[in-house]
Amino acid sequence: MAPVAAPDMLNPGVEDVVADRNRHQGVPPPQDQTMVINMGPQHPSTHGVLRLVLEIDGESVVSLAPDIGYLHTGIEKTCEAKFYQQVVPLTDRIDYLCPMTNNLAYCLAVEKLLGLEIPERAQYLRVLLNELTRIQSHLVWLGTHAMDIGALTVFLYCFREREDILRIFESVAGQRMMTSYFRIGGVSLEPPLDFYQKVQDFLNIMPERIQQYENLLTGNPIWMGRLKGIGHLSAADAIALGVTGPPLRASGVDWDLRRDMPYSGYEKFKFNVPVSNGCDVWARYVVRMDEMRESVKICQQALDGMPEGRIVADAPKIILPDREQMKTQMEALIHHFKIVTEGFGVPAGEVFQAVESPRGEMGYYVVSDGTAKPYRVHMRNPSYATLQALETMCKGRLLADVVAVIGSIDIVLGEIDR
Amino acid sequence: MDAALTGTQAVFEAHAHNAAVKALSSLATDAKFDRAELTITVARENIIAACKAVQQAGYNFLEDVTAVDWYPSEPRFQITYHILSHSLKARVRLAVRLNEGDAVIDSIVGVWPSANFYEREVFDLFGVRFSGHPNLRRIMMPEDWQGHPLRKDYPVEGYR
Repeated sequence: MAPVAAPDMLNPGVEDVVADRNRHQGVPPPQDQTMVINMGPQHPSTHGVLRLVLEIDGESVVSLAPDIGYLHTGIEKTCEAKFYQQVVPLTDRIDYLCPMTNNLAYCLAVEKLLGLEIPERAQYLRVLLNELTRIQSHLVWLGTHAMDIGALTVFLYCFREREDILRIFESVAGQRMMTSYFRIGGVSLEPPLDFYQKVQDFLNIMPERIQQYENLLTGNPIWMGRLKGIGHLSAADAIALGVTGPPLRASGVDWDLRRDMPYSGYEKFKFNVPVSNGCDVWARYVVRMDEMRESVKICQQALDGMPEGRIVADAPKIILPDREQMKTQMEALIHHFKIVTEGFGVPAGEVFQAVESPRGEMGYYVVSDGTAKPYRVHMRNPSYATLQALETMCKGRLLADVVAVIGSIDIVLGEIDR
Repeated sequence: MDAALTGTQAVFEAHAHNAAVKALSSLATDAKFDRAELTITVARENIIAACKAVQQAGYNFLEDVTAVDWYPSEPRFQITYHILSHSLKARVRLAVRLNEGDAVIDSIVGVWPSANFYEREVFDLFGVRFSGHPNLRRIMMPEDWQGHPLRKDYPVEGYR
């Protein structure tokens, strides 16, 4: 057996950790009884690269400082060097759980700058796929949240249903995750014939499956004990700290962009906005479960009312022509060549377009100077703002609750970095 | 699409009933109503007063603080605030222009705590300073990073 190292060798540089934390976060040095520990950058509960510097007294959290900036995608800078249409695939990468929502927000912003009318069929397809994305994202949230707390079965069930949705995405976009299916002016392709049947099959089984998850979790005493009364965030705090989406509605604020500031034809759909006054992790769980049920309803309405017609706007200088046209018409070939090599100019101006992503308000601020490349693209991401509320939710609670709270805000780190 | 309205006078006459227009009637130096979005420019000294005024008028939720670099023209930086009203179901955009040599503006963390991270992000990526910010440090880049990557004179592929 190897000799046991002296205590000071086992525990090198507590001072270093503290000094490091202070240098990065500017928090005052810890009290005598407290200890600084690092959660992450790679922690099973953070689902990405997030480092939390926790100051703990025994098992309770005294202070918490998130340290962000590990991915360095440089995405906003990259957008400024691309044509408008080339930014769409980049927006997929912001949040890998809801690529379609990001596509939508960006495309709507650019369409607003262009003043482009979108055909109704494209709007319905966008709504349908957005709601499928929401269900898919919530399934990943539920599975991983339950896994953090120790319930592995739900994780496996959730990924089974998510697989169905990813197959639908694959059939429509040719991609499972980074779909890039939306285009400025519409969507890229007409869905294949079996697409509608696939969606219908999925919608038929989904309500029952959501009930299955609830059967496993809702009445479970361990689940209740770990979730109820944890991570309190009042409505006033939520608004002051910029929290949006399910965490905001779980704090009792009745606000949903799909209903209150509709975009992409959402005003034609009937659905409820789940709100809870619980302000805790449990309320966020309940709100998201209900949201999945509402999304199923919206998908059904989109499927039933799917209009006939074109899937792209009538704007030959912005939208690539059909393959067939390109082979037969000189005009179409010229447009194709010009769009691909020179892009298209967008009238100068600035717009902000927000959509309700699974995590909250996803806003795109696009500034145009009249050229074919965006002058500035800024993404207002829900996780970035919600992360600020983490300390309020965790302060004074136990270390184990931090895991439950991170799960409940459904964080995606791709959104947080720039 | 309606033509854009520009100029304080024109916008304030056309949207006299708008809550943000009413609240900012004495502070605005420029205004624009374009693509159904209201932009009001205020002077740098008045940003906290303007934020408080729109907050009073029902714009309760600060969505975003960001910047645009109009290099090489002066004033170089435009700081943009997107503020949402839950009760009015409307947004207003506040804009402030700053010169490069003196890119400092008052922090609005006192009005909306959520400005904390947003302002740190702008400081990190554009190098605009926010006076009165409780913890103005880099948030994305390492502490010893040279330059501010989202400035237009910072090369896309970084300095070699």
